[in-house]
Amino acid sequence: MTRKQRRLILIGSALGVLFVAAGLVMFALRDNIVFFYTPSEIVAKAPAPGTRLRLGGLVRQGSVVRGEDRAVTFDVVDSERQVSVSYKGLLPDLFREGQGVVAEGVLISPTQFRADNVLAKHDETYMPREVADALKKQGHWQPNGPPAGAEAKK
Amino acid sequence: MIVETGHYALVLAFALALVQGVLPLWGSRKGDVALMAIAPSAAIMQFVLIAIAFGALTWAYLSSDFSLLNVVQNSHSQKPLIYKLSGVWGNHEGSMLLWVLILSFFGALVALGGRRTPQELLATTLSVQAWISAAFLLFILLTSNPFARVMLPPVEGNDLNPILQDPGLAIHPPLLYLGYVGFSMTFSFAAAALINGRIDAQWARYVRPWTLIAWIFLTLGIAMGSYWAYYTLGWGGFWFWDPVENASLMPWLAGTALLHSATVMEKRDALKVWTIFLAILAFSLSLLGTFLVRSGVLTSVHAFATDPRRGVFILAILVVFIGGSFVLFALRGPMLKAGGIFAPVSREGALVLNNLLLTTSCATVFTGTLYPLALEALTGEKISVGAPFFNFTFVPLFIPIFLAMPLGQVLAWKRGDFLGSAQRLTVAFIIAICAGLLLAATRGEPVVSAVFAGLAVFVIIGSFVEIWTRISSGGLAPGIVLSRAKGLPFSAWGTALAHAGVGVTLFGLAATGWGVERILAMRIGDQVSIGPYALTLDAVAPRKGPNYDETVARMTIRSGGVEIGQIEPSRKFYRARQMTTTDAGLRTYSLGQIYVVVTEQEASGAIDVRMYWKPYVAMIWLGALIMALGGGISLADRRLRIGVARRARTRPIAQPAE
Repeated sequence: MTRKQRRLILIGSALGVLFVAAGLVMFALRDNIVFFYTPSEIVAKAPAPGTRLRLGGLVRQGSVVRGEDRAVTFDVVDSERQVSVSYKGLLPDLFREGQGVVAEGVLISPTQFRADNVLAKHDETYMPREVADALKKQGHWQPNGPPAGAEAKK
Repeated sequence: MIVETGHYALVLAFALALVQGVLPLWGSRKGDVALMAIAPSAAIMQFVLIAIAFGALTWAYLSSDFSLLNVVQNSHSQKPLIYKLSGVWGNHEGSMLLWVLILSFFGALVALGGRRTPQELLATTLSVQAWISAAFLLFILLTSNPFARVMLPPVEGNDLNPILQDPGLAIHPPLLYLGYVGFSMTFSFAAAALINGRIDAQWARYVRPWTLIAWIFLTLGIAMGSYWAYYTLGWGGFWFWDPVENASLMPWLAGTALLHSATVMEKRDALKVWTIFLAILAFSLSLLGTFLVRSGVLTSVHAFATDPRRGVFILAILVVFIGGSFVLFALRGPMLKAGGIFAPVSREGALVLNNLLLTTSCATVFTGTLYPLALEALTGEKISVGAPFFNFTFVPLFIPIFLAMPLGQVLAWKRGDFLGSAQRLTVAFIIAICAGLLLAATRGEPVVSAVFAGLAVFVIIGSFVEIWTRISSGGLAPGIVLSRAKGLPFSAWGTALAHAGVGVTLFGLAATGWGVERILAMRIGDQVSIGPYALTLDAVAPRKGPNYDETVARMTIRSGGVEIGQIEPSRKFYRARQMTTTDAGLRTYSLGQIYVVVTEQEASGAIDVRMYWKPYVAMIWLGALIMALGGGISLADRRLRIGVARRARTRPIAQPAE
């Protein structure tokens, strides 16, 4: 086997692996990414019901209703719209009325959302960054966080 | 006064780093021995100065000096001592100080242990190291000064983020930083080799211990972080494909590839350009990790209070060092002569395949981690790329790695015999199939768990096939086998152990499929079964901690009606920050774990309980420990300690590349 042939085998296998990986990445990116929406973006962009997405906003004060068997419903609001979310399971420690939340699940209608995961992701000020950004864009952002957040920081 | 001394030491360290970055480099260009000799002493002095600064900050934490902004924001006088100590790096400023402390620590180690290294290489390497150090010291002094005072010192501090009040904080960041920053040494050696235009098998030998040390600590750091997340976040998961986790996984993958390609370079004088490339890549990814975590572009517990200037500064450091080193690589790389040749089917060939798969899988992680950030920067769309993406791209690339690992070990250097080598693995293969079938029969669904567990058994047994062949080839008399086993180089044992560790971790990962999860409301006296065990809720009672109040649920674990232990999940309420955290209850039985989390007590007196039985889950982290142990044994290998002198005579005469 000449040096050239060896090099060809090497380059060929490298390209082969790269192509497989690129293919996997393209395929996975098409099917496995989830978009983030705020309640008013759901109205604006109107994703089809049944779409899997992440919904972020604030949990409306007084909207959390706990039902049988760990079922829970609450409203996620931003400055303009609200979406009611139904979820069954345990909520993370940081879930509180008035605070930011990100829920992942399926959109049933533009105002109804079924979550299968409520995220505990947060930074030190306990506000998911996506939610903070969205609120800033709508001009409803206080640097110290919303009232409940401020209370938590003290 | 102590605080000012620390601040002053930090400024001095920065000035010294500039000196160390310029003079020895100049000396190495001009062949001036006196200038080059500055490097080691400057490196040691720099470490001393940064250690003084770090000591000063530590003192401020221990004495709860609330005139320091950093202490006010992150400490509390009632905080237990261990968290006062580890709280030093539980915030942005302190953690950056720890970063440069470790950087200068490695510099000092190289300076102390560098007597065998040629002076020119040593001086250039330490100069490059000093540039990194100078950049980060400037970053700390300008944007993240830990010694900033407050005008009106409050009586009490804000306390440390409760999630960080865990022994994990004392262990995880130092380990991870030792790994991240350890790759700076390999990077500096690579840059020095490019600047000097000379690189040979010996270079690989000087660099190997540093790569190994960085790799060992990074392995331990990642494993520790994963275990911490597992028991503290209360979701029973140990790896979330979170960008912050990926940031540590990427340098690990590149570093693992580097470790293997450096072996080829050392033994066969081949893959030089590639090895240099990987050395630069591993540290670039470490820097990228630092940027992702510290700049605040990501939301996580790792992103401490953020300031946009910091992100821009770190980004600038990132661009200068990564860009600069790749330009240097492009200019000087082609000058490096290719070394020994080898057939595709050979030990080298297998190691090339390993490198190919590791770097490609690293690239997929890179894509998945940065794609959302890039998309948001370009279009403003926010997306998340979650576990399904990584499972779909990463796992298929790792299956061939697992299959090829034992095979690569038994292939001969230069030209291997594929069929002969495969034959030697027959026994391992048969045992693996039997183990897989046995597990499928006893554990049942899902089948994929049994398949991967079988693969893991193949990796574990396959790892020792080479050693077994070597020690049994002189006959099976116990005396001969034992003396041969003693005669084997440590690196052979290290390799086998580290590979077996990978298998052990894989087994633990495979077994997650057999886990059981139950969520239910429990009243006192209730008994539920989980896996092979039964849990009884005995009591729910309050308890007072030093800076928190907790509600503890006491449960008894029974196996076949016999009481075997207690488990105490709790919820802690931290008084200073008015925040609640969940403390999972954990008990390990024969490598599996019972994991219980409780939530708020309902009005009816029942509490919601989430419990898991996770068979073999401890093997995930045990495997990482075995990998690190293997690395440590390799590090003790004879050739790393005294092997250099033998080659010194045949070293090519130094000639400048220009």
